[in-house]
Amino acid sequence: MSMDSTDVVVIGSGFGGAIPAYRLAAGGARVTVLERGPWLTAADFDHDFKFGGPATRAFEFTLGEGMNVLGGNCVGGGSVVYFAATPRAPGYTFERQGSLGRRMWPRAIDRTALDPYYDMVCESLPVTRQDWNDVTYAGGLFAAACDHAGRTANPVPAAIDRDLCTNCNWMMSGCRFDAKRSLLLNYLPAAVDHGATIRALHEVQRITRTEGGYRVHYNTVDEVDYRVVTGSGTIDCRLVVVAAGTVATPVILQRSEEDLGEMPYAVGRYFSGNGERLNTAVVDEGKVRELFGLSRPDGRAYEAYQIGKGPVTATWDKLDGSLPEFSRHSLEQLYFPPGFGTILAQVAGTDGPSSWFGVDKKEMLRRWQSWMTVFIMSEDDNEGVFGPPPETGNADRVSQQMLSRGTLSYRPTANTRAGWARADADVRDILERDGLATVMPWSDDVIGAYTVHPLASCRIGDDPGTSALDDRNELRGHPGIFVTDGSAVPGALTVNPALTISALAERAVPGIVEAARARGVPVRYVTEPPARRRSTSGFREPV
Amino acid sequence: MSAPELPGGLDEDERLTLEAFADTIIPGECRYPGDRAIAGAAAGGGAVASGALDLLTSEEGGIAGVLPTLAAGLNDHARNLADKEGLVLEDGVPPFVALSFGDRSRLAAELTVPEHPEQELWVPLAMFSFMAWDTGAATHTIEALAAGHPGLTGMGFAPPGPDGLWRFPDFSYGRELATIHPHTTEYGDPA
Repeated sequence: MSMDSTDVVVIGSGFGGAIPAYRLAAGGARVTVLERGPWLTAADFDHDFKFGGPATRAFEFTLGEGMNVLGGNCVGGGSVVYFAATPRAPGYTFERQGSLGRRMWPRAIDRTALDPYYDMVCESLPVTRQDWNDVTYAGGLFAAACDHAGRTANPVPAAIDRDLCTNCNWMMSGCRFDAKRSLLLNYLPAAVDHGATIRALHEVQRITRTEGGYRVHYNTVDEVDYRVVTGSGTIDCRLVVVAAGTVATPVILQRSEEDLGEMPYAVGRYFSGNGERLNTAVVDEGKVRELFGLSRPDGRAYEAYQIGKGPVTATWDKLDGSLPEFSRHSLEQLYFPPGFGTILAQVAGTDGPSSWFGVDKKEMLRRWQSWMTVFIMSEDDNEGVFGPPPETGNADRVSQQMLSRGTLSYRPTANTRAGWARADADVRDILERDGLATVMPWSDDVIGAYTVHPLASCRIGDDPGTSALDDRNELRGHPGIFVTDGSAVPGALTVNPALTISALAERAVPGIVEAARARGVPVRYVTEPPARRRSTSGFREPV
Repeated sequence: MSAPELPGGLDEDERLTLEAFADTIIPGECRYPGDRAIAGAAAGGGAVASGALDLLTSEEGGIAGVLPTLAAGLNDHARNLADKEGLVLEDGVPPFVALSFGDRSRLAAELTVPEHPEQELWVPLAMFSFMAWDTGAATHTIEALAAGHPGLTGMGFAPPGPDGLWRFPDFSYGRELATIHPHTTEYGDPA
């Protein structure tokens, strides 16, 4: 058993962890980052679906009751496996009330207040405004369909270096070409350059109190079979930043309750799936040519589902603050690779016993290159609740990697369901018009709902009854513990949340610095952006 | 031609039963005359020819140890269905394999709906069967494509370049195809 000490322990190395880790280390604090996943760089990101490859090593798919969450599980967290779509949240989202009857977000935070922090993240990653020459065939076709239906469509800002991108569409397994501006190219190496230590395959179990601060308890896990515990240890520190991800942060805090004392009611409650839902369209190639006059250099009209860089266009017409809550959503064109992206897709008009497997599904899959996936991000009702924590980790692992079963349960309310139904109808209105495509939502019956953008399980707010964190991201009743990941975002954003999670983490840093100084840690607040790297090559765990 | 050898420490009946289930999820053509596990309900290779048993029995998958139990469960459910509906199950093959393709499909659909108390068992089995066909996850993707993997080739999955990586230099229509939202900010964000 290993025992160490430092000034600040950061649990998790995704957006919520990497940002405070860099700023605290650059400001002079001793920082240790504990990450439960492996430390991978571009050379590891093979283009390969084989079990045990990057497609399973860097991911965690946590099955729940009625809600299933796909997230990152590696150094860099979600930033390594996400699609790098980074729009800011529309202004009205900060005024949302959900079913509370009062504002969810703290009074101190609105879009204007967050914009300077959005700016910091955009400069640091960096985020690039995309133009029509960056828009892939799939994104272009979606935009054309939106236009045909009298809608607007926008290229979506992205943290992608367009000169390096090959449009290979393997970015869910990490970017082989270092075109995706993940945290491996900015905040994390900059943190290490300033003396921070990152320990991979370290899974935090709980936090206990010491005389001068906190003790963080972890297990180390095997690099191939994450079910195998290879050791354990503790690190004493003055301050803890919890950023283990929305489906792990509340579990660590729940397990810590025995020693730390009662947790705020909102720890492990009010989970939001960002109102997410997917539809799959199968496009009529002849209509693509007939309706829009589109064709590729080889003469094909579309047949380009495989080509691209995830989502590149979205329609934002329903991001309208004058519409009532639960009726606002964005629709984003998306690619999802085989496996995750195909199983739940339903066949339109089948008379077979199942809409998601069988003879007709196989025929649908034969037209896979003519597919288009449309991603709905709407307003749900924060209805997710976590059960008691499992023995270790945040969930019981089924497979060596990637697949586990957690305690989250989610029963969508009438508000959420009505929002999904409106968004589904919107997708059909755009893509079925004049016979362009047949569209079906993904099946709800197989595993329930799903999200790639889990939020709000340990949320910020002004009301102690419905928020776990004060408006500085400090855990209520537990001074010196800060939560800075997606779990702090109080509700669905109707757009991709990475930039908002990051901006909120940036905003929390001055308060964390102040708290550290009050505990005798010699640290100052540094506002300079992290030094950027062009390549992840050589950014490795010290041997 | 005899049935191909497949791994996993399963006995013959268990193997046939799991093959029949995988073939129900993504059906394929028979491997040899008299193939019972594969019903021949669709042209081209299905989940079984795509390596479903390799994937199910893989160490990485984590469900190899429960496969005998799952095979037994499928046969119990098949027997119950036959009893309830007066279906005659031919001797010599496990009950699930003896069901017609239509009856297998109906049973698989019943087992995977939320109302079924064992849904948690059957959905992963179905998903692994599915992924054998559309990801070929039992082998490296490059090797699977080179060997003419039925699923990946059936979907039209484009091959990689000579270095085993994918690149698509032609990726864009390169045209403005819609009007952007009137409230878009200078950075390209929603207001």
